[in-house]
Amino acid sequence: MENQVITVRNLVKKFGSFIANDNLNFEVFKGEIFGFLGANGAGKTTTIRILSGLSAPTSGEVNVSGFDAYRQAEQIKRNIGYMCQKFSLYEDLTVKENITLFGGIYGMSRALIRTRTNELLERLHFHEYENRIIADLPLGLRQKLAFSVAVLHEPKIVFLDEPTGGVDPITRRQFWEMIYETAARGITVFVTTHYSDEAEYCERISIMSEGKIVALDTPENLKEKYAADSIEEVFIKIARPVNN
Amino acid sequence: MKRFIGFVKKEFLHIFRDYRTLFILFGIPAAQILIFGFAISTDVKNAGVAFLDLSKDETTRKLTDKIISSGFFRRTENLVSYNEIEDIFRKGKTKEVVIFEKDFGKKLLSEGKANISIIADGSEPNTATLVTNYTTAIIADFNREISGIQVNNPILIQPEVKMFYNPNLQSQHMFVPGVITMILILICALMTSVTITREKEFVTMELLLVSPLRPIQIILGKVMPYFLLSFVNVILILLLSWLVFGLSVKGSVVLLLAESMLYIMLSLSVGILISIVSSSMQQAIFISLVGMMLPTILLSGFIYPIENMPKIYGLISLLMPPRYFIIIIKSIMIKGTGFMYVWKETLILLFMTILFIGISVRKFKVRLE
Repeated sequence: MENQVITVRNLVKKFGSFIANDNLNFEVFKGEIFGFLGANGAGKTTTIRILSGLSAPTSGEVNVSGFDAYRQAEQIKRNIGYMCQKFSLYEDLTVKENITLFGGIYGMSRALIRTRTNELLERLHFHEYENRIIADLPLGLRQKLAFSVAVLHEPKIVFLDEPTGGVDPITRRQFWEMIYETAARGITVFVTTHYSDEAEYCERISIMSEGKIVALDTPENLKEKYAADSIEEVFIKIARPVNN
Repeated sequence: MKRFIGFVKKEFLHIFRDYRTLFILFGIPAAQILIFGFAISTDVKNAGVAFLDLSKDETTRKLTDKIISSGFFRRTENLVSYNEIEDIFRKGKTKEVVIFEKDFGKKLLSEGKANISIIADGSEPNTATLVTNYTTAIIADFNREISGIQVNNPILIQPEVKMFYNPNLQSQHMFVPGVITMILILICALMTSVTITREKEFVTMELLLVSPLRPIQIILGKVMPYFLLSFVNVILILLLSWLVFGLSVKGSVVLLLAESMLYIMLSLSVGILISIVSSSMQQAIFISLVGMMLPTILLSGFIYPIENMPKIYGLISLLMPPRYFIIIIKSIMIKGTGFMYVWKETLILLFMTILFIGISVRKFKVRLE
């Protein structure tokens, strides 16, 4: 299909005898907000790491923004943004220095970095924090900033690995507004979460359990199919079947 | 290239923003030089000296007075027999025993020659060298005085210096080479391994690895600032020891700096290797300190002469990069020799550098597993 930005066929990832990703198949379309829902240890992070070139697949086909994950990892890296579960900016650098650093690493010109920085500070109402070091910012602000930095170079896809972990509900909401804005600009958002309410915000979600994708559809279709009121119910029905 | 420069800039920011790093970088070297320097220069004042005068004549009395009145020595005891020497050293207050042979004054007059023995406590090598040097200088001075009176018949007192406990004592008062050797391995290995493992621990390494930066750029970018700062450090230590202690480089400064660069690179590659094998900062610090610092101090010949070590330690010390650098830096700084005399050691260091870098490049994983 024309506008597939991620294609995964029969992806397997093993760590020794442990199978973290067991034969995954899915595709993600341009500008889509694609969610990976699963309990801790379900294999979400492993998948996101493979897609972003941090980890090599054991077998299967992985294509990200038109490049092969085995041979063209370098090209993939230029086209993606990444923000991971543990908060990740340099704590001893100021807001501005962090932005400049990552802009530079992604090869943006100084002029471009300057305009984007201003836009970003404007959008987040961050001007007063500009010269503060990250360690002084509250977690919510840091997460928003980390996300903004991850999409600073306008990547084709941005990978968010449990981006809202430990953040209060209001900030989480604001964070999702940012995700929507980003997707509206044409950037594909690939997000993992273990909050089922967050999964409702995604356009399509895939539910993972023990390394396998057990369901993949829009939230509405999933709820209909499993006769549930919320994704949480769906999740409980399929990912954690009642024992006995 | 622009990516790389931005990255290096960030590394400098890390360093300049962290007082602890700055202190380790510049505070410790300065402190080391001053501590080593002053500890040694003050020790010579009022060093305890005992006399074993088997002659007890006018000449020996004069010479004894001269030694005591020099201001460097303080008489602890007058001995009567050789058997007391070991005892008096054990007590610890006496650093040196001066022995006049029997009929010292008579021999000096009749034969124009007399023997004097100086025995020093070699368990404190620095002090021992210093006190014996001072004593021989005083005796030489005394020689000149008395020969001045009897011009026709120059007389000679022949001092014979012996070290108790540590007979092959090396010239240790030149502590600067040792300090430079130690400081460089400390800063380079410790700091680089910590700075790289810190990125691992704070997960920022992942951000760098998913970025278009190449692994080699990441490593070089992390190491480059330390290379420059370490080099500045060498210059700083040399300046400090010159300004404060008047110790100048006898040989070629350019050669010395070039050799230092090689040694810095070697230490950095050791640091990179440590960071690759360790997963946390604590681990990196531990390996650097126990694995690098201690051997540098104990096995490189900085403090304990390699000749005196049990053979097995001598063999182990062959694997210690600091051992070779100490030889190089001592030759250039103190003996003033040229490259012709240190090319072997240089070659060994070069080989080690290439080896460590080779292993590091092979082991550094672009992809975290």
